[in-house]
Amino acid sequence: MTRRSLALIKALVIVACVIPFAWVAARAFGFAGDLGANPVQMVLHTFGKTGLNLLILTLAITPIRKQTGLNWLVALRRTLGLAAFAYILLHAITYAVLDQGLAWRSLLVDVAMRPYITVGFLALVLMVPLAVTSTNAMQRRLRRRWVQLHRLVYLIGILGAVHFLWLVKIDVTEPLLYMAVLALLLGYRVIDWQRRNRKRRLRAARKPT
Amino acid sequence: MLIKRPSDIKPSEITPESVFHRRREVLKAALAAGLLPAANAWGQAIGGGLPGLMPLADGAPRQRAFPEDGNLGELQPWEHDVERETTSFEDITTYNNYYEFGTGKTDPAKNSHTLRPHPWSVTVEGEADVTGTFALEDLMKGHTLEDRLYRFRCVEAWSMVVPWVGFPLGDLLKRFEPTSRANYVQFFTLNDSEQMPGVRYPVLRWPYREGLTIAEAMHPLTLLTVGLYGQLLPNQNGAPLRLIVPWKYGFKSIKSIVRIRFMERQPETSWNMANAREYGFYSNVNPDKDHPRWSQATERVLGAGLFSSRIPTRLFNGYADQVAGLYTGLDLMRNY
Repeated sequence: MTRRSLALIKALVIVACVIPFAWVAARAFGFAGDLGANPVQMVLHTFGKTGLNLLILTLAITPIRKQTGLNWLVALRRTLGLAAFAYILLHAITYAVLDQGLAWRSLLVDVAMRPYITVGFLALVLMVPLAVTSTNAMQRRLRRRWVQLHRLVYLIGILGAVHFLWLVKIDVTEPLLYMAVLALLLGYRVIDWQRRNRKRRLRAARKPT
Repeated sequence: MLIKRPSDIKPSEITPESVFHRRREVLKAALAAGLLPAANAWGQAIGGGLPGLMPLADGAPRQRAFPEDGNLGELQPWEHDVERETTSFEDITTYNNYYEFGTGKTDPAKNSHTLRPHPWSVTVEGEADVTGTFALEDLMKGHTLEDRLYRFRCVEAWSMVVPWVGFPLGDLLKRFEPTSRANYVQFFTLNDSEQMPGVRYPVLRWPYREGLTIAEAMHPLTLLTVGLYGQLLPNQNGAPLRLIVPWKYGFKSIKSIVRIRFMERQPETSWNMANAREYGFYSNVNPDKDHPRWSQATERVLGAGLFSSRIPTRLFNGYADQVAGLYTGLDLMRNY
């Protein structure tokens, strides 16, 4: 993978990340159809679902990289993670501004009293430090603690899926599907971690004393 | 994949919305000029008596009174206006909860073309003297169809305003001569996996069932509905026969009814069976009684646009003057 082709792939990924936003924006202004009978809900769901999809894609990078040896994939992880954060932020803004009209009292009640909104809000808040520390400089400065901090992304993914599960009226098929994919990705990391630990211990045991 | 199916109703046959919104003036002018006979296309002359009900004998030929062009003809106007704008035909028919055709809001419009609303019959049973299976045409005969503009409030906190076409359910129920033990009425939706792809998945207990107290069922606002916007009900809106109980959350207004049962005890209802804490038997619209997971204080008006604000929800969906009397002495916070 040359530096040039990687830059090209990165650019394509960024373009792909913008497509859902562009789709919503175009329809909001009457291009390429409209947003249906309940446009606020359509915008809210599109942003939320896109954010969750991108989050899962971000989490999938490491397992895919390890299985395929395509190590350059790691260069896309930050782009995807930041795009996920952007969509989840847009999702929250849509909810607070377009849906609730910035009615502070009802927003506070929602965040404090409605479990699905509480977990969703928590996921958003937890994403902030990850976005802030996503630069190369921060990564160098925090070293091992950076890795530990960024493990939060798994918790964020789970909170996102729980948020989805708790808001659907009764048909839980889709949120359960998200949970299954998350469990698979997290399970892979746990098994991988155990395997590496075992190897390390074996190596340590073999060392002559 | 979205397969576009040509509509059964030609665009030229649909009343333009601009004309529709002036329909009362148009009708009044026409009646005054003696241009219109005061009659419904389906049913019979206004003021005519109700014929006796005859159950269908096996193989009995059905009458051909079904308005095959889909147009319900002249309707008795309804004097009560709604302060809000009427929701567009497009929005009413493309944003539906009808889980028998899928759980997405646009699924019913895409999938319900497989429903065959004609011929249709309804079985009446339980605590009544007149029971049996009746052809829809026979049930309709003698009733005057009315054009009723109602608010419609979904338990999911969205709402619309719909010009339904129908007649009071009580007028029909009386004809079955319910006994003194008929305290409740239960209704069932068709349950046919051939016509309804959604019933293959156990999202809810099929057949979909709903129920009312006999007083609620007999209330003049409770509408047995056969159309909207002056046309036969589109399949996704519950063709050919549905209930509209405007002061209750939408799921109480059961669609595509095939069975009516008079009962002594409170009947089972699908959403209550699925989650009794979230969906009570009464399910009256009540801004003070939140759904356990979300607020019911406000509602989003369909078709109002991306930058519209939510509006306050009203007790009994704004019909408190007419229906609050049904619940005197009942604690609405407990009996939700």
